[in-house]
This record gives sequence, C-alpha cells and structure tokens, in this order.
Amino acid sequence: MTTGVLVLVAVLALATAFGLWRRRSDGRIREQAQASRRAAGVEESAEPADIHLATMAEHGGEVLTEAALGARLGERATLVQFSTAFCQPCRATRRILDEVSTMVEGTVHVEIDAEAHLDLVRRLGVRRTPTVLFLDADGVIVKRASGLPRKADVIAALGEVIA
Amino acid sequence: MTAVACNPRVEVDPRGPRFGAAITTVVLAASLLLVGTTAGIVLVAWQALAFGLGAFVGLHAQPYGLVFRSVVQPRLAPARDLEDAAAPRFAQGVGFAFAAVALAGLLLGLTTVAIVALALALAAAFLNAAFGFCLGCEMYLLGRRLLPGGQRVAA
Repeated sequence: MTTGVLVLVAVLALATAFGLWRRRSDGRIREQAQASRRAAGVEESAEPADIHLATMAEHGGEVLTEAALGARLGERATLVQFSTAFCQPCRATRRILDEVSTMVEGTVHVEIDAEAHLDLVRRLGVRRTPTVLFLDADGVIVKRASGLPRKADVIAALGEVIA
Repeated sequence: MTAVACNPRVEVDPRGPRFGAAITTVVLAASLLLVGTTAGIVLVAWQALAFGLGAFVGLHAQPYGLVFRSVVQPRLAPARDLEDAAAPRFAQGVGFAFAAVALAGLLLGLTTVAIVALALALAAAFLNAAFGFCLGCEMYLLGRRLLPGGQRVAA
C-alpha cells in the first residue's frame, strides 16, 4: 500500500512535469542549426552521407533533393511534413500547412509517410510526428518544428525562409 | 508525395478517448493502491479487458467509450473536429500490453513487475487525459526506427 502511494505520487508528479514541458515546447519552430546539433547526439553513428538522399551544402545546411523527397520543390520554399498513421496532430498540421502553402505563392507542402521512408527519418533525426522541415528554394533545411505548429508561427517562419 | 497509409478510415470524437483516458487513470491509480489485494487483481483484469476490447474489437466496443457516447456526448456540443480512430486504437493496444504484464505479475506474485507496468500505463493514461498527449503514438515512430526494414542505405 505504501509503495503504491509513493509510486502513484511519483508518476503523477513526473508526468505533470513532462506534460507541462511538452506543451510549452510543442510545435515551436527552431533554426535548423540548433535542431541538428541536438539530433547529432543520436545520429552521429548513422550511415555515411548518401549523396542521393541528402548532402551537406557549402554553407553547412543539410539539403533535401527532389529525388530524396520524391516530389518537386517549391519555387521559393517547401514545407516537408513527416506523418504516421498513428498520429493525432498530423491532420491538423496538414490543414495548416496546406492553407499556408496555398496562401503564400511559390511554396508547396509535401507530406511524407515516415514509415515508408525510415532511411530519411533516421538520417534527419526525426523522432516524432508531425515533424515539419522548412526548406528554402534550394532545398536547404532552414528550420524545423516537431509537434503541431501554430499557423501564425508557420507564416512568420516561412517569411524568413523566403526573405 | 506519399499519402499516409491508413486503415479504413473510422473517425471518432476526440473527446471520447480523452474521457476514457480519465477513467483509465482513476482505475489504474486505484489498482496501484490495491496491489496485493484481490480487488487490485480484479481492477487490473477489468482494465486489461477494456483495453483489449478497444484494441482488438474496436473503439466502438471500448466500455468507457460506450459510457461516453450514451451519457456524456449527448450533453456536449457537437464535436468541432473528428479524428482518425487509428491513433487511439493503437494506444489501446499499447495499454493492453502493459495491463496484461501487470496482471501476469500480480497473478505470479511478481509484484515489482506489476507495479512498474501499472506505473507506466498510469503515466500514459494521465498524459492523455490531462494534456491530450498520446505517449503510445509518440513511441511508435521511435520503435519503428529501431527495427530494421525500410532501410535503403547499407551500413
């Protein structure tokens, strides 16, 4: 009984702390340099760069080619969304990105089934769905967000990518 | 541009699974407090059954979902958005696995195993009820990443 009480209190406290942290950070759009540094801890031992998959551009940002994406890049920017079937916020994310890419000329929204592209998922350090990558006109990953992003944030971030 | 593969689209009011998670949280919390008693075993067995019905038969058969639809939903405004049933159903399956381990632990006298399984299931149910966060769904991609398959690049 005492063990039960202790475990119960500990679980509820930890879960509350995690839930509050997650709610604060969810969907926040970060610069890719920062994001890839975080992913690097996990991804450092990953397979050597496959030039067809993704290459490092001269200025250090990772590039997604049309071949790797399996879709055309937008003229000015591309929003790449990784989704899975078991993903609650993926649908709302899709709706927001569709709206924004329709609104902002020269941008396209590409949705990728994470399960069908595990090589890409591992390589880019995608750990959750939805993960959204913001690519510039050359396919360089400039920003990323995991979790449902806010529409206003997507518009603002896209503005910076295009500028 | 690959469409995400989904099972036949069944849609649910997202408030249903969330309501179910709240009841599950209470049941699992009570079973943690009752570990070592017959009542504790009965509660865990009941929760395992509820999860199993939701995962293997469908969300329409999940007992807490039935309560939601017959008692709660008629009193609420219509849902603004429906969600795909795949994620909550998958979460029921994850819950079933933990509840089954907990039940086996209790029946075999492996109390620590039972407590750990109950604690993890409780954390997941609480996160879903309080924050709308689906732990099982989040773990899904991590699990898939660890498994081979879909690998194109040789080591």
